[in-house]
Amino acid sequence: MYTLTTKFKVFAIIIMVLGAVMTGVGFLQAPADQAAVEQMLAEEGAHGDSHGSSHNDSESHDNSGKENTMYNADESQLETGYITSNSTQESESTHAITPHDAEDHSGSHAEHLYHQLANRPWAAVYVACFFFFMIGLGVLAFNAVQKVAQAGWSPVLFRVMEGVSSYILPGGIIMFLLLLVTGLGLNHIFTWMEPGIDDPTSEAYDHIVAGKSSYLNVPFWLIRAGIFIVGWNLYRWNLRKFSLNQDENPEGNVWYKKAFKHSAMFLVFFIVTESIMSWDWILSFDPHWFSTLFAWYVLASMLVSAVTVIALVTIFLKGKGYLEYVNDSHIHDLAKFMFGFSIFWTYLWFSQFMLIWYSNIPEEVTYFVSRIEDYNLLFFGMVAINFLFPLLILMNSDFKRVNWFVVTTGIFILIGHYLDIYVMVMPATVGESWFLGLPEIGALLFFGGLFLLYVFNTISKAPLLAKGDPFIGESKHFHY
Amino acid sequence: MATHKIHALYNDDDVLLRAVKQIRDQRFHIEEVFCPFPVHGLEKAMGLADTRLAINAFLYGIVGLAVATVMMDYIMIEDWPQNIGGKPSFSYIENMPAFVPIMFELTVFFAAHLMVITFYLRSRLWPFKKAENPDVRTTDDHFLMEVDAQGDDIESITKFLYDTGAVELVLIDKEDH
Repeated sequence: MYTLTTKFKVFAIIIMVLGAVMTGVGFLQAPADQAAVEQMLAEEGAHGDSHGSSHNDSESHDNSGKENTMYNADESQLETGYITSNSTQESESTHAITPHDAEDHSGSHAEHLYHQLANRPWAAVYVACFFFFMIGLGVLAFNAVQKVAQAGWSPVLFRVMEGVSSYILPGGIIMFLLLLVTGLGLNHIFTWMEPGIDDPTSEAYDHIVAGKSSYLNVPFWLIRAGIFIVGWNLYRWNLRKFSLNQDENPEGNVWYKKAFKHSAMFLVFFIVTESIMSWDWILSFDPHWFSTLFAWYVLASMLVSAVTVIALVTIFLKGKGYLEYVNDSHIHDLAKFMFGFSIFWTYLWFSQFMLIWYSNIPEEVTYFVSRIEDYNLLFFGMVAINFLFPLLILMNSDFKRVNWFVVTTGIFILIGHYLDIYVMVMPATVGESWFLGLPEIGALLFFGGLFLLYVFNTISKAPLLAKGDPFIGESKHFHY
Repeated sequence: MATHKIHALYNDDDVLLRAVKQIRDQRFHIEEVFCPFPVHGLEKAMGLADTRLAINAFLYGIVGLAVATVMMDYIMIEDWPQNIGGKPSFSYIENMPAFVPIMFELTVFFAAHLMVITFYLRSRLWPFKKAENPDVRTTDDHFLMEVDAQGDDIESITKFLYDTGAVELVLIDKEDH
């Protein structure tokens, strides 16, 4: 049995406290009201900072160029002739800002900026909270797949999977509380929650969101989230109980069969609820935009992060001298899943991107315009980390059996998929005012510490070998 | 001194695998094993060097990727640029997303076909080639192991092979072939 060392606990708690403090500072640093932002902008202007003016430039770009081409900032296109007239307009509008215009602009700019900066710590907490919750949920789904497939290789890893998936209890509760306070109006990260958005007489009226309001309204949204989180936790609780009971009474495989049936039913429930969850919790940040493969895209991110965490926890425990039956063939199989799901993720990322890029329909393409213009490095850097890195490093069969290769790739995959979620959430909440600073790193540390503490605490609660599993013999002798 | 080899026939893959390990422990040389189906772990037990086919596949894939890139650059950018969906077609990199499916397909195409051809060449297989099969039963339900018996006491090696579970032994004079 694994015992949680004091050193480990202290480490996790320090991370959590440090993260909480950093996040707290992030909340305090957010401007209290619009006047504070105006003052801030005025100070920046007085210092001759180029920041404000560069903002103005990029915004006038948006207004004129967005509908015609995505790469409107690129000079080489000006030579093509297709957008010549447009580019003339653009340069006119950029240079012809009278002092009066600039004044007007900065007024709306301050309001805009205030909302973005106020959203930033909330969005940072949201991304980190969802990221770790998603890992726990992905491991749960992976565990269910292993049960239903009656996989022979993985039973020696079941206790690791049960440990990691246990995080969906605290993670789910925090996630729900976060959704609850958001629904109650404590923050404004979801634009569709704006009061009066479905009221034609209101200034905030948006006829597209109004058309979706019978589905996209706060009470129904919270009820769905509640049902999903309770459903997933219920299955996780049963699976753990059946697994421990099977160790006690292996005769007749009664508990094993029960777990099999529950897993099969869970997978049906999961694929529906996971899809709706990804629309509700992430896609609805951009309520005008839609993508039919978005649920798959989030699922791919979820599974690749989940398998990576299983591999990292397994290698960690193996390094401490536990998990005596885990050999390099098990690591090899996990690394194959990391490799495969990374490619799968890229396939979905590209499928979503290419169709929208090619058709170039304004209402669809805005999603990528904001990402390419304001998040260029993160948006494409994340694809490099999530695709090229695992592709090139884990392609070689021998490298998949070398622990430090798997660990290095795994850490990069986790960073890449954090950035993936970040780039899904941030453009619609903080826009171009993004930064990876105190609240982002703080929230990541806080939830990371909580995750480590809770997961390893659960792992220390039961023997690391599910000795009653009927496939445990095959799994012990598994070799590739 | 006449050299001999022995054809030992087995009728079970587990027995065969155990026999291969025992025979190699005794420092006898196994020239070849003929199987009706692939036996998992046999190449490791026989001590065969790892295949380099995978490295070839990677290189072929890179060739395919390069061919696709050059081809699409010539067809769509250099030779006959067209206005498709308002996309400027004078720069390869800006049109690259549209070519990714082609780049992917040709990578797979080159890797797969050249790998098969390499495998055939390396295994000395070509159309209408006569089978080099010492015993037709290896295409049905028997496994045949060719053991080099040069200079050894035929009597004792035969006994040893029987003990490893061989169901039939045939002594072959190398000069006969």
